Order: sequence, then C-alpha cells, then structure tokens
Amino acid sequence: MNEIVAAHNIGDYVPMIDGPEKVSGRAKYTADLILPGTLAGHIFRSPYSHAEILEVDIAEAAKLPGVKAIVTGADCDKGFGVLPIARTEYPLARERVRYRGEPVAAVAAVDDATAKEALRRIKLKVRELPAYQTAREAMAPDAVELHKHRPKNIERDVFFELGDVAAAFAEADLVREGTYNCAEVCQNQMEMHAALADYDVVRDRMTVHASTQVPYYVHLMLAQILDMDMSRIRVVKPHVGGGFGCRTETLNVELIAALLARKAGGCVRIMVNREETFITHRGRPETDIKLKIGIKKDGRIAGVECECIQRGGAHSGYGVVTILYAGSMLYAIYDLHHVKYVGKRVLTNTPPCGAFRGHGTVDIRFAFESLLDQMAHEMDIDPIAVRRANYLKAPTFTDNDLMVNSYGLPECVDWVEKESSWKTRRGKLPNGKGVKKGLGFACSHYISGASKPVNWTGEPHATVKIKVDFDGSIVVLSGAADIGQGSTTILAQSVAEVLGLDLSRVRVVTGDSEVVPKDNGSYSSRVTFMVGNAAIDAANNLKAVLIAAAARKLEAKPSEIECLGELYRAGAQDKGLTFSEVVTEALKDTGTITVTGNYSTIPESHGGKKYRGSAIGGTMGYSYSAQVVEVSVDEETGVVTIDKVWVAHDCGRALNRLTVEGQVQGSVWMGMGQAMSEETGFHNGLMLTANMLDYRVPTIQDSPPIEVGIVESIDPHGPFGAKEAGEGSLAAFLPALTNAIADATGLRFNDLPVTPDRVFALLEKRTREVGRKPNGGS
Amino acid sequence: MARLLSLTLNGRARTDAVRDNVLLLDYLREIVGLTGTKTGCDGGECGACTVLVDDAPRLSCLTLAATVSGRRVDTIESLAVDGRLSAVQRGFHEKLGSQCGYCTPGFIMASAGLLRRNPHPTEDEIREALGSNICRCTGYVKIIEAVKYAADLCAEGLSP
Repeated sequence: MNEIVAAHNIGDYVPMIDGPEKVSGRAKYTADLILPGTLAGHIFRSPYSHAEILEVDIAEAAKLPGVKAIVTGADCDKGFGVLPIARTEYPLARERVRYRGEPVAAVAAVDDATAKEALRRIKLKVRELPAYQTAREAMAPDAVELHKHRPKNIERDVFFELGDVAAAFAEADLVREGTYNCAEVCQNQMEMHAALADYDVVRDRMTVHASTQVPYYVHLMLAQILDMDMSRIRVVKPHVGGGFGCRTETLNVELIAALLARKAGGCVRIMVNREETFITHRGRPETDIKLKIGIKKDGRIAGVECECIQRGGAHSGYGVVTILYAGSMLYAIYDLHHVKYVGKRVLTNTPPCGAFRGHGTVDIRFAFESLLDQMAHEMDIDPIAVRRANYLKAPTFTDNDLMVNSYGLPECVDWVEKESSWKTRRGKLPNGKGVKKGLGFACSHYISGASKPVNWTGEPHATVKIKVDFDGSIVVLSGAADIGQGSTTILAQSVAEVLGLDLSRVRVVTGDSEVVPKDNGSYSSRVTFMVGNAAIDAANNLKAVLIAAAARKLEAKPSEIECLGELYRAGAQDKGLTFSEVVTEALKDTGTITVTGNYSTIPESHGGKKYRGSAIGGTMGYSYSAQVVEVSVDEETGVVTIDKVWVAHDCGRALNRLTVEGQVQGSVWMGMGQAMSEETGFHNGLMLTANMLDYRVPTIQDSPPIEVGIVESIDPHGPFGAKEAGEGSLAAFLPALTNAIADATGLRFNDLPVTPDRVFALLEKRTREVGRKPNGGS
Repeated sequence: MARLLSLTLNGRARTDAVRDNVLLLDYLREIVGLTGTKTGCDGGECGACTVLVDDAPRLSCLTLAATVSGRRVDTIESLAVDGRLSAVQRGFHEKLGSQCGYCTPGFIMASAGLLRRNPHPTEDEIREALGSNICRCTGYVKIIEAVKYAADLCAEGLSP
C-alpha cells in the first residue's frame, strides 16, 4: 500500500487555476456579455478643458427614433469619489466641466449607430474659463479655483519634518541636490472599460457587471449615486483584463451605465473605446521633485529633504493618498532619521490621476536612487556599498512609525550583485562602435496592503467563507477581485495547503456580491496578505470541524486525529476515514458546512500620529527589491537598449513561484515603459497620446530578458510568511536604468522618459561643451 | 447593403447575411457569438483581435468580414482538440504566458500562425512574429517561454 501523505503546493510552480478559460477564449470579460435586447450606451464628452455649463440641450437627440434614455448632470446631484473626504466628482458634469473629455451626457439607444447619432445632436452651451494644464499655472495666485475650498488649486499640502534636517546636513560630508521630472503615465490595461447595467423595474433592483478591481466600492457608489438601498444592488465582476490601479476606484462608466439603465428601464452596455479609456485615466501624475541628500564619509545617509509636486488632474480621486505615500515611503527601506518632506497635490484641467501600480512611491524612488547613485560616484564609493551602509535592522519601527518586521533587502542586493557579476563587470563592459555599455543598480519597496482601509467600518480587514456539502468539494467564497494577478489561485492554494488536499478538490467562487463575502478589493497589493490570511483562518476552522467529526466517528480525541488530507486517522495503525467519510459524518450535525475566516491588521501597523495623514504607508509587511540593469547606448542615435535585467524581490515567501516570477517581471517591464517611452501629451487639453501607437508601450521586440531571484524573508504575519510580489519591483527599474546610462555615458537623466531624442540632445550638448573646454562632460 | 457571407469558420461551413461595413471582429463577436477574439484598441494598435485567415495571422479589427468570403477563418475557440488544449494553449497556461488573459487569444493565434508555418522558430523569429501584439502584464518573458515550450510540444506531435 502506498503511504498516504498530505498534499502540499506552497512554493511550487502552480499554473493559474483559471488559466484554461483564458487560453481557450471561454473566459468572459464584461464586453463579452452580449445579451439580446441590450441597449447601447454612449457618452457625450466635453470638448472644453474648463467651462461653466450654461445648457445641455438634448431636445433634438431625444426626438431620434430608437433613443431610449438620455441622462445629464441634472439626473444625478450626488458626488462620488473613493475617499470619503473628497467626493467632488459627478458621473455627469454639473455646473462645470473641468477637463476635456469629461462626461456631460449619455445616451442609451437600440444600437450603436443610433446612440452615436444622438450624441451628435446634443448641444452644449458654456462660458469658457481659464484652463490650467500644468501644476505651476494652476497654483498661480490669481488662478480660478477648479473646486470650492481649494485655494490655489491645492488639493492637499503635506508637510513634516522628523529629526533636525538642517543639523544633519551640517554634519554631512557631502550634500547634493537634484531636480527631477517624471512624465504622467497611464495604466493602459488591455481591456478597455466596460459596464453592463440591468435595471429590474418590477423589483426595483439594479445589477451591474463592471470591469473593476473594487466591486465593493462600486456597490457603495452605485447606492449613493442612484440613491438606492444597497440591498437592491448587485455588483458582478467578470474576468478583468488588467487594472494596474486605474480600476481601484469607481469609474464614471459604471455609474453612467446604471443611470441610463434605470432611466431606460432595461439593460445597457457601455463599452468605451481606447481613447475614452485613456481619458478616464487614473494614471500616475506628472511629478516634479526637488531632492536634497546629505551623506557621511562612511556612506550613511545623514539627512533628506524632499519637495514633491503632483499634477493631479481635475478631480481628487486618490490624490491625497498619493501625495502622502510619496512622503511616508521615503522611509521603511533605509535607516533614515532626519527627513523633511513638502508635498503638494494640485488640481489641473487634465484627466484625473489615480493609483497606478507602485502608488505614490515610484517617482520619489526614482529621484532618491538617482541622487544616491550620483553621490556614490562623487564619493568614489560603490553604489551598492552606499545602500549596504544604510540598511534597517528588522524588526523595527521607522521614525514615522512604520512597522518593519521582515527585511530581505540585503539578500536581494547580494543576489543581483552576484548574478550580474557586478564586481567584475562594472566599468569593464566592452563598448561597441558608437555604442557604450553600462550597469546600473537601484532598490525599491512597497506595502502589502494598507493596514487601515479607506472605508473604516470596524469589520475584519478580510473575510473568506468555505462551504462543504455532500459532494465533498471545497468551495471557497471570496470577494477578492482577480484581475489577472492570480489571487483566485492563491486562495485555492492556501485552503488546499491547510487541509492537505489536492487543488483539484477546491473551487473558488468570486466576484458576485449576491454570493461572496464583501472584500475591499484588489489594490495596494493587499489580497495575498489580507485575504490569504483570512483563507488560512477559514481553512483551519474547517479542519477543526472535520477533525471533530473524525474523532467522533473513530471514537478518539480530536487531539489524536491525524489529518492527511484525503485520510483522517487516529494513529498510524488506524485504517482511518476517507475525506468523503469525514464530510458525511460532519454533515450529520449541521447539514451543509459553512465556516468563516477573518483577518485583521494589528494596531501597531497602522502608522503613527506625528503628522496629518501619517497612517498612509502603514502596512503589515514591506516587500523589497533590488535590480541591476545592463544597457547599450547608441551615441549616434540616442537609442538605449536594455540588454538584461536582474531583479531580486523579497516577497516573504513565494506561495507560487510561477506567479511571483510573472508579477515581478511584469512590474519591472512596466517600470521600463515609464522609464523609456511612455508619457501622455496634451494640446489645449486634448490628449494627443490616447492610443497605443502614440502612447508608446514597449513591444516584445523592445523587451529584455528579466532574470528573477526570489528572496524569502518569511514575514511573521504573512500568510505562510508571504508578502506582496506585484508592485515593489516596479520603482527600482527607473533609477537602475538611468544609473546604467550614467555608467555607460557619464550623462545623468533626471527627466523621464529617457527617449532617444532626449538622450541625443544631451549627447549633442556634451559634444559642444567638450569642444569648448578640455576634460568637459557632465 | 448586406450580402451573404460564406466561409469556413473554425472548421465548419457557415453562411450569414452581413452588412458590407461590418468588421470581421464584430462579425465574430456580435453576430456569431465567438467572444474569445478581443477588442483592445480603436484599430490596429494592439493585436488582441488576431485570428488566422488561411493560417496567416490577421487583425480582425482591420478586416471587413466580406473580404473573408470563401476563406478559412480560425479563432481561439478552434484550437482545442476534443476538449484538450493545443500546444500553444498549454504553453501559455503552463508557463504563465497569460495573466489577465485579455491579450492572450491574440497572442495565441499569432503564435499558432507562426508554428504552422515555422515549427522550429528561433527566439528572434518568435519576437518578430509577436511584434504587433501588446501585452501589459507579463513583460513578454514568459510569453517567449510559452511559445518555445509549445514548439517542443508540437515536435512531440501536438497540434499548435
């Protein structure tokens, strides 16, 4: 007889459990839900950047046969927004339009052609106002306020000084300052925004299918916007084609679809196009950073002073949180004690920014790691040695009260140093004809979910249910939104691991508010940590029920029962009970078994009270990343080629090595897009880059091999020791790239993206300067 | 104007009345109901709608349905044989060439087209064949691994 052992999966390479649907075309995304009789919804958008609305004339549109409903700002006077303190946006603009492309009216008609014709018949009369495309213009003393109670269009001023920065600089051996500009970038996820809203007139109930990362927030906002009781609303999240943060708040698309559906008394599908998806935006804001660092001879950082201005766009969105992250996340990666931060989040007449992957941390990290590298060179210290001189010692609390329990950064640094042969190859790479090669290094970090949720309700941070019935299948019910990152797979793995069962016994049901427990959503890399822990708790509770049943049947004490997944027995000599027999026994007491698992963060992780907003940055566990990037710079064309990337990521413990690698590679690559080619551009408020040709996403032919090293620091609170894996490696790419270019050419690029024309211009400038004075250069 | 469109779609003969201005993409999704083929952009930018026309990859969003009259059109739904995943499908599933899955049908069809005409592609040939498909999740590393693995499975006798 074969020895029966419990099944294990944690740490394996596990393909996603919903992969077969995705590779066979069976996975349904919102736009794939094509129901007979559905009305086509289309949105009329403002052609003005900033204007007072005098009239939205829909009379001619309403006369068109086939038009079933038209909604305007007059149909909804409730504001929405992800932060309870900043619900300043309307599904359809009221009184004012604040960016070009802002929804003003929407039509539901029998088909697309009719709806589009109706849009052409809508007339918008306005009084134009001065429009501000840059933060500087918007902050001018005489600027018109975009929103009430936002003087100088500043959404939030952040200030803190912890320690004595002036004294720290006085004691430093080298103090340097740099200014940095990072262009605005978009998530540009592959699935364009879509919503299907079905209003049941007879029962006064609304069902909305939405391409969202946060079905629960959509539910809340639908109730508010429609002024309906939440119990009458159902939100379904089908497969979602990526998000990267742009779907971490309710978008106007799903709200407009619902308003149309209710007015038309039927089912409305809105599928916005790529241009509209770009304009709906929620990307990373254009950021200007002024950074000053003081370093001592031994490489230790004495003090940091940082000013950060973000061009936030026309509405608040997550803006307050973004500008706070930029400050708080200066900490928790190195041992800093004298830090001053000034942040300004500015409202401008551009599409609203949001929470792009690496939320708030990326541009600041670019500046920090760039300046650190530059200073290391000036002091003739190995850039890696400078980082080593500033490691934290976990467990610890930072000066801004962030709790750091596990800290795998040193191991990450060691791994990339070794694998890239940093010591032997740096400065010795063979240059080709007109091509200079270089290596660059940088680090980054990220949170595993914000410890304090946006909506503080007092409930556990995460809840998972498991149902077991006569059939013996394990049905995991969770509201966690799988958007392609693999959270459904992680839930199945976690439950199967605890129960010692094969994954084939586990089914996961997600994404339907009618069935699954509420979940805050997929953002800030919270799901594996929070929901994973809740799943483990639920599985342990189920295991206890099953062990109690087995003990009763076997006439043993529960403590004597050995659980081997498919076999429960009282000691090695016992024939035991099969899993099905145990389930049958357990059902005798209660019928269908349902258990609940919860997870709550601990108060120590909630951040401090040293400055306003200091809870932002608090998490149960920080991930860490180190990268080495190898580049070739063509000095004749300015074209930069990434030859290879080595990245090590401390994810606490890799629950699934396959998906960890995929997440890390995807993060690095997304950082590469921001660093090298991606940026939005506007002309008089019109987004010029609202397509995938002008918004330059790297293709497979531009993309390098990315070698991943997994570092497992085993976090004491993480599920099986795990922390996040999907965001922390993005930020380090940007400075690792520019540091590599500096290594290759001696030129420092403080403005992103590093496009060939920018490289070429700086190379030309140097050539001219070298011509004027010997030993010149940058 | 509408006319009758006759074609071989996923191995089956089929005839539909289709207006002249209907794109192959919309014909497949909205008329036939094969929603595996995805819309990812406003025309020719992303490759998510790639199908095979007589074994050659084609962007269905830039193709009028009327132009495939009499041709053989294969979509993602055609690849599995008797319910078993094809070599390319297995590659993308097992090697994580697919994360959110939205670009996946386009990538898989472009890869299947490649392997049908070139069963032993080099890495450069894979990159070239997939150069007009955008993926936003993977960084492409595992997509290349997926296609290489699929080529190995084809060598063992699986269909692409």
